[in-house]
Amino acid sequence: MSGLQEVRHVARTEYLTTVKTLADEGYAMCVDLTAVDYLERRERQLPDGAEAAERFEVVVNLLDLRNRRRLRLRVQVPEDDATLPTLFDVHPGTEAMEREVFDMFGIEFSDHPDLTRILMPEDWVGHPLRKDYEVGRIPVQFKGANA
Amino acid sequence: MSETTIPDTGTDFYQRSVAGTDEGEQQLRPRSELSAKELLREVGSVLRMSEADAAKLGDLPDDPDEDQTMIINMGPQHPSTHGVLRLMLELQGETVLRCKPIIGYLHTGMEKTGEQLTFAQGGTNVTRMDYLSPIANELAFAMATEKLLGIDDDIPERAVWIRMLMAEMSRMASHLLFMATNGMDLGAVSMMIYGWREREEVLRFFQEVTGLRMNHNYIRPGGVAADLPAGWRDGVLSILDMLPERLDEYDTLMTGQPIWRERLQGVGVITPQEALALGATGPILRSTGVEWDLRRDQPYMHYDEMDFDVIVGSYGDAFDRYAIRLAEIRESMKIVRQILDRMPSGDFRIQDKKVTPPPRARIDESMEALIHHFKIFTEGFKVPEGEVYIGLEGPRGEIGCYIVSDGSATPYRMHMREPSFVNIQCLPHMMRGGLVADAVAIISSVDPVLGGVDR
Repeated sequence: MSGLQEVRHVARTEYLTTVKTLADEGYAMCVDLTAVDYLERRERQLPDGAEAAERFEVVVNLLDLRNRRRLRLRVQVPEDDATLPTLFDVHPGTEAMEREVFDMFGIEFSDHPDLTRILMPEDWVGHPLRKDYEVGRIPVQFKGANA
Repeated sequence: MSETTIPDTGTDFYQRSVAGTDEGEQQLRPRSELSAKELLREVGSVLRMSEADAAKLGDLPDDPDEDQTMIINMGPQHPSTHGVLRLMLELQGETVLRCKPIIGYLHTGMEKTGEQLTFAQGGTNVTRMDYLSPIANELAFAMATEKLLGIDDDIPERAVWIRMLMAEMSRMASHLLFMATNGMDLGAVSMMIYGWREREEVLRFFQEVTGLRMNHNYIRPGGVAADLPAGWRDGVLSILDMLPERLDEYDTLMTGQPIWRERLQGVGVITPQEALALGATGPILRSTGVEWDLRRDQPYMHYDEMDFDVIVGSYGDAFDRYAIRLAEIRESMKIVRQILDRMPSGDFRIQDKKVTPPPRARIDESMEALIHHFKIFTEGFKVPEGEVYIGLEGPRGEIGCYIVSDGSATPYRMHMREPSFVNIQCLPHMMRGGLVADAVAIISSVDPVLGGVDR
């Protein structure tokens, strides 16, 4: 399975140009785009050369079919300005994935053609996969149990 | 009934019920409200065309008046949408001009749930996502966990071969169900009964091995939940003996049949460029002629030692996708036969005290074993910090699992890359310019599972 886990940290300002360059280098497919909310782990260690760790991280999985290789891009997105350029013009297949990330994390993708909620209802308040979004609980009759 | 309990059916009632189903901006909007960019997205952006080129595609009137078109709603409760998929179609006469899938009706926040469950419990959650290929989901989750634990090279041989056996049987079950639903959607109703019947045979085998027909939670980090039961080989062989004849029946019933071909050939065509741009994988990508099968191109487990063909189509239409899945059942049978020949004996799970609970018999004689067993099932096992992505070839395409661990016993973030979620984006492009009647054939040929789409 070696070669499957190549990771590259990209600065937010170079994100779009990097993906474009990689697309020209053969990474023709964007397999997956998702995000992680590192609210409780903001002081995590990132390798040298990477940007300072921020609250959100967008993770993009690219696939090069000709050379059979994968590349995972990790982009730091700050909490106070949670925006990122859309990949729609390079990989139109990211349309639904970016909508999902917007819906679940509230990260906005500038120039996205249709940035609306995709899984949650239109009038939903909050972004469920954020770490400060509570999980709903059903009260149980046993004291102290937190099920 | 007294007069006061009769529901108000006036305008107010109508408006309230419309408001209840309104998805606002998520819905397909009339042409007059769309910007050029949004229209381009639905028409030509995938082909990376300019606006003028997209308008010149030719097969459609380039700018119909709004009073010539109508937007109709299909689903979410519709027998041929395979669950709760809702489509909004803009029609001119019987021609589909635009289409927009609206999803989320089955969303239950499974990725959030995944953050509450331990790594040991996670399998019960992911197996319910794409409920027609539960084994593939579990496998992706288990392999990602093992990678984080650093035990991915130490999984006992028998466990790996059992996993392959189950994965291929699961692919067969999933494709057999596709045969059934595809037949049903196109009016070959007897095919529905046949497809379900054959799938049931495979599920019966699953029940013998895992205890459950679906949602098995059989593949767990470290190996599999239980060894294959006595007589499993006969179970597999009886399926392998029964299927070829039945598949030939399908050929007679559908493949060569003129009506079947008329309904599928040339319908829902997608080009390789479009499929790659949209991130489509699995039979959709292969139907366009792109040879891409993770079992061969990025082999995992022992697929590199298996002899099988990657089936590709050449037209990218609904018939190719049907034929590919039918052929893939035969290829899976080929793989299963090879697995039968090579199934080794030995452990079915790793003998690593950290992830594997003590065997049942030990619990009766040792207090420590009992405590250990209890700990694993209540607290789970700690997984080292890190992040990992594992992609596998599921029946519908690449099923991926991305896990971030913070060193505790529950994943910090667990994301499943569901092929159905991505593949469904192909619908607008496949439907454009087609007929309403073909829309059903096209949805069916994409084979979305809404449990996977919405998670």
